[in-house]
Amino acid sequence: MKEIPVDGQGTVNPAMPGSDYKFQVEKGMEKTVYHLKTPLSQDDVEPLRAGDMVTISGKIYTARDTAHKRLVSLLDKNQNIPIPLKGQVFYYAGPSPAAPGKVIGAVGPTTSYRMDPYAPRLLELGLKGMIGKGKRSKEVVDAMVKYKGIYMAAIGGAGALLARSVKGVRIVAYEDLGPEAIRELVVEKFPAIIINDTVGNDLYADSQNRSS
Amino acid sequence: MRKIHVQNITDAVKDAVMNANFELNEDILKALRDAKEKEVSALGRDILMKFIENAAIAKKEKIPLCQDTGLVVMFVEMGQDVMLVGGDFYTALEEGVRQGYREGFLRKSVCHPFTRKNTGDNTPVIIHLDVVPGNDLKIWVMPKGGGSENMSRLFMLSPSAGWDGVKERIVQAIVDAGPNPCPPTILGVGIGGNFEQCAILSKRALLRPLGTSNPDPEIDSMEQELLEAVNKIGVGPQGLGGSTTSLAAHILMMPCHIASLPVALNIQCHSSRHVRIDF
Repeated sequence: MKEIPVDGQGTVNPAMPGSDYKFQVEKGMEKTVYHLKTPLSQDDVEPLRAGDMVTISGKIYTARDTAHKRLVSLLDKNQNIPIPLKGQVFYYAGPSPAAPGKVIGAVGPTTSYRMDPYAPRLLELGLKGMIGKGKRSKEVVDAMVKYKGIYMAAIGGAGALLARSVKGVRIVAYEDLGPEAIRELVVEKFPAIIINDTVGNDLYADSQNRSS
Repeated sequence: MRKIHVQNITDAVKDAVMNANFELNEDILKALRDAKEKEVSALGRDILMKFIENAAIAKKEKIPLCQDTGLVVMFVEMGQDVMLVGGDFYTALEEGVRQGYREGFLRKSVCHPFTRKNTGDNTPVIIHLDVVPGNDLKIWVMPKGGGSENMSRLFMLSPSAGWDGVKERIVQAIVDAGPNPCPPTILGVGIGGNFEQCAILSKRALLRPLGTSNPDPEIDSMEQELLEAVNKIGVGPQGLGGSTTSLAAHILMMPCHIASLPVALNIQCHSSRHVRIDF
């Protein structure tokens, strides 16, 4: 398995220690795993292709339906938003509460299409990555090509497993929304797979065509 | 008359919502293990393995299987010789949910439809009550996630559509849903009844343990046929391709109006959580 670390400058960075996660692939088939470090630059995301395995380390932001609605309504009024956008990665997730002694509860992805109405606007303003599960609209796929962003899937329904990649969490906005508040997660080698890349490929469509 | 104190019901529901969210039932685990042996895609096999690993972590660490710990659905079978004492039955059920979601650190996932303000305690609960002979009380507690619920469908078909028409609609719904409902899924299908009854049947069909046959041989073969058709689509685990799109198809059927052919498809994600409480 070939591993290519990537950081915000598009240059090689030592791989993060402490994670034993690996995607298993066909015997004899070499599959590259890209280790991404946030924030991401255009140079970081452009070489990535649908089907590539990645891990993400650094800060990412959870945001779901209502948080997106609030962010975009602030942008519509030309007001500042409470989190950075440029080069950032949004994780469509609403974690379960942390039990005592734990960093976080279960933290798998939610279905992404519900954020489709808001995503092109955020990509235009510099958002580089989105993590979720499920298909995106044509508008979002086109916006990823135009503004150079990527969409990644995490394993849906593996919230207990994915929690192991989360090393820190704090609420940064909209605490009143409870599970839907925006949280800054510090992640280490959070595993994902590229679904949509910057040239318009779609892994879901490709996978289904191959299998049916 | 057999007296049951509602406090005992609250306590049992509290434990049930926690257990359901921390521990995958053995029938689901077995279905995932069996699917892993048969899955044609290497990535699909790896994903199925991750689900088994996820279940082991959840059970050991008492962390929810999935962050979406669901809206709680309950099917209640109440013996007509049962006498509930000590308070209101529905209040007791909801109190169990309230306590379980608080003490188990489960996500509160219920909100106002428009303001989206969270109710804060994962209530209200959806309760389906049947009164049956005898003095037993059975409660199936089923936290149901939103992703798979959103991809569920109801069709009021014309009787001319027949079984082929039903099958076609269901297969199309699974194609349309693709990766969204967290495949591999379990399909609950309600056929007949009327508009609301077929939906309730489709949800109730999900309670049957995986790996069991439908008691009606004719419906059993319909289930096999449907499962085979769905697994030919190629959606696969997490929609990333493969031969395991669904783990099972369960059908409940009843007579309907001479003008109608109601069909409901309730999709359940692989994190199928339910616990039965017996009094």
